[in-house]
Amino acid sequence: MNAPSITTAGQTQAVTRAFDLGAALKDSLKTALIMLGLSIPILAYKTDQSGADLFLTPRWGLVAIICAIVFGMRLVLHAFTASRAYRQATPSSHQATEPVHAEPSAFQHVSKFAIPFFLGVALCFPVIIYLIQGGLNESRYWVDLGILILTYVMLGWGLNIVVGLAGLLDLGYVAFYAVGAYSYALLSTTFGLSFWICLPLAGILAAFWGMILGFPVLRLRGDYLAIVTLAFGEIVRLVLINWVDLTNGGAGISSIPRATFFGIPFTAGEGGFAQTFGLEFNGMHRIIFLYYLILVLALITNFVTMRLRKLPVGRAWEALREDEIACRSLGINTTNTKLTAFAIGAMFGGFAGSFFAVRQGFVSPESFNFLESAIILAIVVLGGMGSQIGVAIAAIVLVGGPEILRNLTFLQAIFGSGFDPNEYRLLLFGAGMVAMMVWRPRGLISEREPSVILKERKAISGSLVKEGHG
Amino acid sequence: MEIFVQQLINGLTLGSIYGLIAIGYTMVFGIIGMVNFAHGDVFMLSAFIALIFFLILTTWLGISSVVLALFFVLIIAMVLTSLWGWAIERIAYRPLRGSFRLAPLISAIGVSIFLSNFVQVAQGARNKPTPPMVQDVIVLFQGESGYNVALSYKQIIIMVVTAVLLSIFWYVVQKTSLGRAQRACEQDRKMAALLGINVDRTISLTFVIGASLAAVAGTMYLLYYGVVSFNDGFVPGVKAFTAAVLGGIGSLPGAVLGGLIIGLIETFWSAYFSIEYKDVAAFSILAIVLIFMPSGILGRPEVEKV
Amino acid sequence: MRWLQDPILDVQHLTMRFGGLVAVNDLSFQAGRGDITALIGPNGAGKTTVFNCITGFYKPSEGMVALRKPDGSHLLLERLPGYDINWKGKVARTFQNIRLFSGMTVLENLLVAQHNPLMIASGFTFLGILGIGGYRKAEKEAIEKAKYWLEKARLMHRADDPAGDLPYGDQRRLEIARAMCTDPLLLCLDEPAAGLNPRESLELNELLLSIRKDNGTSILLIEHDMSVVMQISDHVVVLDYGTKISDGAPVEVRNDPKVIAAYLGVADEEVEKVEAEIGA
Repeated sequence: MNAPSITTAGQTQAVTRAFDLGAALKDSLKTALIMLGLSIPILAYKTDQSGADLFLTPRWGLVAIICAIVFGMRLVLHAFTASRAYRQATPSSHQATEPVHAEPSAFQHVSKFAIPFFLGVALCFPVIIYLIQGGLNESRYWVDLGILILTYVMLGWGLNIVVGLAGLLDLGYVAFYAVGAYSYALLSTTFGLSFWICLPLAGILAAFWGMILGFPVLRLRGDYLAIVTLAFGEIVRLVLINWVDLTNGGAGISSIPRATFFGIPFTAGEGGFAQTFGLEFNGMHRIIFLYYLILVLALITNFVTMRLRKLPVGRAWEALREDEIACRSLGINTTNTKLTAFAIGAMFGGFAGSFFAVRQGFVSPESFNFLESAIILAIVVLGGMGSQIGVAIAAIVLVGGPEILRNLTFLQAIFGSGFDPNEYRLLLFGAGMVAMMVWRPRGLISEREPSVILKERKAISGSLVKEGHG
Repeated sequence: MEIFVQQLINGLTLGSIYGLIAIGYTMVFGIIGMVNFAHGDVFMLSAFIALIFFLILTTWLGISSVVLALFFVLIIAMVLTSLWGWAIERIAYRPLRGSFRLAPLISAIGVSIFLSNFVQVAQGARNKPTPPMVQDVIVLFQGESGYNVALSYKQIIIMVVTAVLLSIFWYVVQKTSLGRAQRACEQDRKMAALLGINVDRTISLTFVIGASLAAVAGTMYLLYYGVVSFNDGFVPGVKAFTAAVLGGIGSLPGAVLGGLIIGLIETFWSAYFSIEYKDVAAFSILAIVLIFMPSGILGRPEVEKV
Repeated sequence: MRWLQDPILDVQHLTMRFGGLVAVNDLSFQAGRGDITALIGPNGAGKTTVFNCITGFYKPSEGMVALRKPDGSHLLLERLPGYDINWKGKVARTFQNIRLFSGMTVLENLLVAQHNPLMIASGFTFLGILGIGGYRKAEKEAIEKAKYWLEKARLMHRADDPAGDLPYGDQRRLEIARAMCTDPLLLCLDEPAAGLNPRESLELNELLLSIRKDNGTSILLIEHDMSVVMQISDHVVVLDYGTKISDGAPVEVRNDPKVIAAYLGVADEEVEKVEAEIGA
């Protein structure tokens, strides 16, 4: 930012420079008092159980600390907004004359460097980790984390078709993930089919379920669609729990066959992967193979989505998100268009699900609860609906971010050894979701990239892009 | 026959609780058109507040009359839960007003996740049983097979408290300027603001009222079941939302009616069909109602404008 | 009287009820092939409801809406599902409050309008996704067609801008161009001149006349702007309270005392008086 010219600064200084400390303190005190009210009694007293009786343990020290933190944070916020208001009140000389579309958009900024960068990092990730950690076994945690993030990237991309492109708000996406996982689990344990046969079957089954669940909800819009899809997601999970004959209920299905390297098992003995390729046996071979497997699956998802956007069906999805009535007047069969979005989105969910099953070797209904759907939807919305790279970044932030908590062991020195930062993972996740929405309601990358251009590529500002009726 | 009457009583009790929660959903949806996803967790939180104050009052302050203690607990829970309702609206929803339509829903899901995990972290993950509160029952009549149809004092308290508070609330919404302001904001928020209605305050008050009724429901839930846990918000929340939609979202009598119907369906389903699939039934009813009668029993149908 | 000899659209006994309200009551009229037919009437006369019945957004309570194809065959529009009215019936429409895909570019708007032919060319997505078949060529042709309409609507320089960024007059023309990209036999325009200034209104007249001349598309329009109606239309149908009160060439309609009464709000007795005076 350029230094403001003297005249503008002179005019605005009197208004905004003066940071009213008294008012800020008063407001911060008020906020702290509200925090005190909120802490009573839920923080101030802990219920503990001895035998059949509950007794209360007071924790007023904790309440005092938290109120002090809130007070301090509010004060800092006041100081920060005061200085920001000051900066905004003194515009730099070039700001006022800038036309809206002349500035390079966030999308152009990000896509130029980020896409090759991310792709490169993703491809070399196991090697990089191997070099940093200095051994295969030492890098296990990081490669596992990479697999986890990529799974969510893939799920995010799959849901992006439904939510981001077609504008249909789906809170039950995890149902298709579950269908994929159970398809592989059941087909492989009952019929002994291999992963490579089950993978497409799982996708087809999930797409089929996408259509079955999509059909009744076609005429619903907005929040109602979200709640019905949530209900479907929960019904699928509850049926998985209660239909013990088929799914073994809450205990889940275990000893699912592991992935093979196109038929060559990752075993130590004769005919195993290590022996075939003349390597020393190491369990990490399978993990690294899984990493590349999910990377390929995710990239296929991305490739197909990018391709679909440039096909009539993809344009019809986006048109549907913008204005369903106009679509009907142009001869677009909105029913079929919505169903294809549900089906294709579900299919990728199914692929990801069967990958989940082959990776874990175990599936149980508890892996497919509402929280998973909420995380995937949060990834899509935070990424910026419809933006592929945004979704990938959001997946890294939302899935990778909480992992940092695991490593914050130094906090134990402050809060005592009983403190486990991992307990606060979901607490912070929920608070983070709120904060992200308040900070960037349209997500990290809200610009839309046109699917076809005549002369000049111009990104479309997020404020014009609608979010769909469903 | 005896089972039927007994289930009817149980269903109405449960339905009162759902109806109280449903009002919070229906009012917020009416005024700002969003599903306040976190409302079920506000209800759960209020049950915890009630539990802790019940313990404080009975064990530390030595109030021996359970009814008196319950009365104080109810008042305190309503006040403190209202503060939560207010704070949630202020922090998570107000900054998003007039923005992207999905943002408040995502934010509400965030609040829901936050609240249940906050309670888990603050109070522990285990179920919290209360000390026995009101145990007496009135045996209405004795069946031939020895099955007694009983009406417990608990159930009487729950139904009476619900009826009294609903009447007060009904008066506020129908007869006071707050109610008028609410209805005006429901119709057209911009116009209401132009006419000098403080829209922000009206919306805040809507959340406060919703939360305080959820606190009543929370206290009653605690009284009825005698146990509460941090993840007790989600499923009752969904059921209450179903009730709100079934009754016609935006309609206050509809919410109560819907609550009673959902309560009855749940108890009869559990009694006559299968208790395992009780929640499947609840979710199925939700889906069926939303798909086939989205304007509910007492709601106004929505006409598609071209 | 071309609309009687060779009608493209034949509306017979159309009635539309919403609950107890009769929005359109036993309406019959024809629109001639190659004509510009105007549907006028005071506010609330039921014009948009008639449009919605013709274009499939409402199912009429009674009556029939028949489209006569150039080969002489009839198509009953009220029996088609909404989206097929454009694709099979070749009837396109615009909306009173413009409905563009505002977050998509002008060019994308015109390509979405060519959805059905492109869908077939992409082998219902299956071939398109694999990159086989003639989709590439079909898309090129679609872009050419879009360019033709961009040229005609004078929007070429805005082709890559989001539709929501265009000024109001351009949005109106874009909506017409988008409807024309579906190659309609009949174009239904709901108040195309609303909100336009006199110059833009004149340009619109030229665009509509050239659409009829160059593309042979018949036009049915609802309009309040009498300068548009009187200058370009061949046939005017007047509605009031859901019933037809006048039907004929612009000059006839303009002098019809019933129409004057409907617009100026004269009481019924006076209409009879006026009628008696002019000897009707």
